[in-house]
Amino acid sequence: MSTVTPRTKPVEERRNVVILFAGDSGDGIQLTGAQFTDSSALFGNDVSTFPNFPAEIRAPQGTLAGVSGYQLHFGSVEIFTPGDQCDVLVVMNAAALKSNLGKLKKGGAIIANTDGFDKKNLRLTGYIDDADPLTDGTLAQYRLHPVDVTKMTRAALEGLTLGMKEKDRCKNMFVLGFINWMFNRGMANSERFLQQKFGKNPELIEANLRALKAGYHFGDTSETFTTRFEVKPAPMPKGVYRSITGNQGTALGLIAAAQKAKLDLFYGSYPITPASDILHELSRHKNFGVITFQAEDEIAAISSAIGASYGGALGVTASSGPGIALKTEAMGLAFMLEIPLVVVNVQRGGPSTGLPTKTEQADLWQAVHGRNGEAPIPVIAASTPIDCFDMAFEAVQIALEHMTPVILLTDGYIANGSEPWRFPQSKELPEIKPPFIKAPNDGEKFLPYLRDERGVRSWALPGQPGLQHRIGGIEKQDKTGNISYEPLNHELMVRLRAEKVARIADRFKLIRLDSGPPEGDVLIVGWGSTYGGIRTAALDLQAEGHSVAHVHLRHLFPFNKGLGPLLQKYKQVLVPEMNSGQLRQLLRAEFLVDAQGLNKIQGLPFTSAEIKEAVLKLLKR
Amino acid sequence: MSAINEKSTGEMPAQGAGQARHDFTSDQEVRWCPGCGDYSVLKQVQTLLEQSGRKKEEVVFISGIGCSSRFPYYLDTYGLHGIHGRAPAIVSGLRSVRPDLSVWMITGDGDALSIGGNHIIHLLRRNVDVNVLLFNNEIYGLTKGQYSPTSPEGAVTRSTPMGSTDHPFNPLALVKGADGTFIARSMDRDPKHMREVLARADAHRGTSLVEIYQNCNVFNDGAFEVFTEKASKPTHTLFVEQGKPLTFAGGTKGICIKDMKPRVIDIGPDFSPNECWIHDERDNFKASTLVRLFDDARLEGGFPRPFGVFYVNDRPAHEEKLQAQVKRAKEVKGPGDLDALLKGEHTWTIA
Repeated sequence: MSTVTPRTKPVEERRNVVILFAGDSGDGIQLTGAQFTDSSALFGNDVSTFPNFPAEIRAPQGTLAGVSGYQLHFGSVEIFTPGDQCDVLVVMNAAALKSNLGKLKKGGAIIANTDGFDKKNLRLTGYIDDADPLTDGTLAQYRLHPVDVTKMTRAALEGLTLGMKEKDRCKNMFVLGFINWMFNRGMANSERFLQQKFGKNPELIEANLRALKAGYHFGDTSETFTTRFEVKPAPMPKGVYRSITGNQGTALGLIAAAQKAKLDLFYGSYPITPASDILHELSRHKNFGVITFQAEDEIAAISSAIGASYGGALGVTASSGPGIALKTEAMGLAFMLEIPLVVVNVQRGGPSTGLPTKTEQADLWQAVHGRNGEAPIPVIAASTPIDCFDMAFEAVQIALEHMTPVILLTDGYIANGSEPWRFPQSKELPEIKPPFIKAPNDGEKFLPYLRDERGVRSWALPGQPGLQHRIGGIEKQDKTGNISYEPLNHELMVRLRAEKVARIADRFKLIRLDSGPPEGDVLIVGWGSTYGGIRTAALDLQAEGHSVAHVHLRHLFPFNKGLGPLLQKYKQVLVPEMNSGQLRQLLRAEFLVDAQGLNKIQGLPFTSAEIKEAVLKLLKR
Repeated sequence: MSAINEKSTGEMPAQGAGQARHDFTSDQEVRWCPGCGDYSVLKQVQTLLEQSGRKKEEVVFISGIGCSSRFPYYLDTYGLHGIHGRAPAIVSGLRSVRPDLSVWMITGDGDALSIGGNHIIHLLRRNVDVNVLLFNNEIYGLTKGQYSPTSPEGAVTRSTPMGSTDHPFNPLALVKGADGTFIARSMDRDPKHMREVLARADAHRGTSLVEIYQNCNVFNDGAFEVFTEKASKPTHTLFVEQGKPLTFAGGTKGICIKDMKPRVIDIGPDFSPNECWIHDERDNFKASTLVRLFDDARLEGGFPRPFGVFYVNDRPAHEEKLQAQVKRAKEVKGPGDLDALLKGEHTWTIA
């Protein structure tokens, strides 16, 4: 069984392919998708993924609510999004077909596990009179390939002592093997993965390997499949790559920055979807001086991080919208103390509990405005899984070098999505230099709120003789930090704190276009995870000869310099957002620009077609 | 400072071998109401720190919100005046990264038991090494006189004109329930006792919680006078000492355990002090009973209110375990190699 039959069927070349794996949340869909992504990336394709799963751990089997999906876009060209529409839809049951058919291109391929279309599944999915879409002709406009995955998996595993339930769990490996065949991938990566995953259980290795190979051979021998596809490696910049998800990127960015600042990293956190993976990742790296603290609640999570920062570590906390709401008061404290702190918000659909496993960009106002009193906190946002690394690093730089809390916005879409990463060398990353102080700064006295030319105070750590001082959330006297209720002092302090934050823009680069002409008809202004969709649409429009440019904001408060003048250079400004227009309002307020919105509030990312269509509509005006 | 305070803190010890007391006094004017019990605690803490010989830069005071939480401003140490109820969480983060410091937490009955109730129980169960001084005055002072979670049922306050309908917390029973490892009670009007208890708390590794009965002479004057006034103190208080029998009322009464229940006995021909319950602060079960001696002092025939160190347990402090994991990870995996981390487990090369 160890050799793979040489290929005997013709191979058709494709530039890029979008494949969507869908099934019950217990079907191992996420694993199958992630594995095939890995193999594609190792092969040299550019990839972008979109895992989409229900909030319930195990929603009732066979129902629409329980469908888990994993979309992968891979290509021999640069890939920026997980793709608008699928070329191939792999469905493990009727519910998976019903909820995803709308995403399949006309003429696209459906690979359906027939066992998931029995009477019970059809009834649960609500097919009228148990009508079977696999046989009733309703899928005539697609290329339908019914495959009895369950039966063939069981047959392949015959003779093994595993129970039927355990055998059936290998179905996803049959599918993976088949897809490996279909896209002309070798099996080496999948095999190595199985060896690692089930290393301690030879029988499970054997079972999964058998299922994997059975799927591969089925493709080669079955007469229903006449062609397979080849997607050549993408012309990616030379270098060494790995795959990374956004949450991993955030975690690694935090560790890298702590290392570059020569500080221990303290991460206070309360589990919440979709931010928990940052906690999981960080907790594996204690040898970097990382302390993870699973607090009793969100408030304790941020407060403990403030305490750690006060002690001289890099204090970090992360959550999603509902948790961030609970942290609000403590963010005000960190702002008032002028102490370094990084707050990551992996946004999800809101308000309240909202859509825990779906994505949204609706916490921008919360980040920029959501505190009592005037408490401006720098807000930055990551646009891709890789960018999560860069922005987490920058969040730490700002926090430590400007003595302020910083909010980093990512979202569920890029947090769980992955892409190939040409990771940096540690020596390419800049050193981070917090404004530590070792001796009194005013003769014999120490003034904790004496500021440098950037308005930044110094960081005196407990234990330093001669620098004892008291800080707190109560209004403080300029320079001394002593309690003060003086009217003019309060006004001065509010202004000093705001000015300090405004000056952080001095460290940002002048705003730069992502693509397009420096002036023209339409400027698309994006932020966060809409990057890939907007970039794809903008490049398409430019290729078609339209005067369209794209700028993507990573700094949302304060903005990069030069943004105001840039907005004036286009006849129209379009702001696509997965909210009702939060950035648009900030831009209008700040720059008096008549920005138009393209707003999608469905818990789903934009397709590039949606963005393209909106731009074309503007161009016709 | 008022006459009451001068009187209550009358027995000042000689200057210790460490830094002079004024070393620990900040240049800030103390702004508690004249006659407030907080002055007494501040003075005892200053004295204790001075006697401990500790360097003031190694001491940190963390507080929440409330009258007592202004405490850090009055000491020339490091200090952080936090937000309401969250001091335990701030302390937990600080201790996790700085096991070298002496950390003190100042809180009140509202701060610790109402808004910060969730944090205090988790601080206790984790056993973070900190000295917690819980100033209990059974009232909200800073917000001007509303009932607190320790106010007795029926308490008439500004927010309860017909009397409070809430059953109060027994703070030390709560602390015991959360597996606190150092549980003690003292009072503002007994500075010598307070100092001794605070010294014990300071020496303990883990969360030392000392409940201090503190008189709010503006909004709840006399809440504890039955325990502090000369006439009633002997019969209403019980000062526990390690290895000594539980006796009170000038040695004329004692507490014994019969049928698993505590009972008050008259010491004399029928009972000798040796037949009393012998205090053992290492005894988990006795401590559980001791914290439950919480009868309403206004009612006749109840148990006296115990003071002193009720319970001590040497469970390791939370930060020791955290730091041990970091140390072990470094030993096993080697100190963090950033390039190896960035590279991850699987890579591929595009040439």
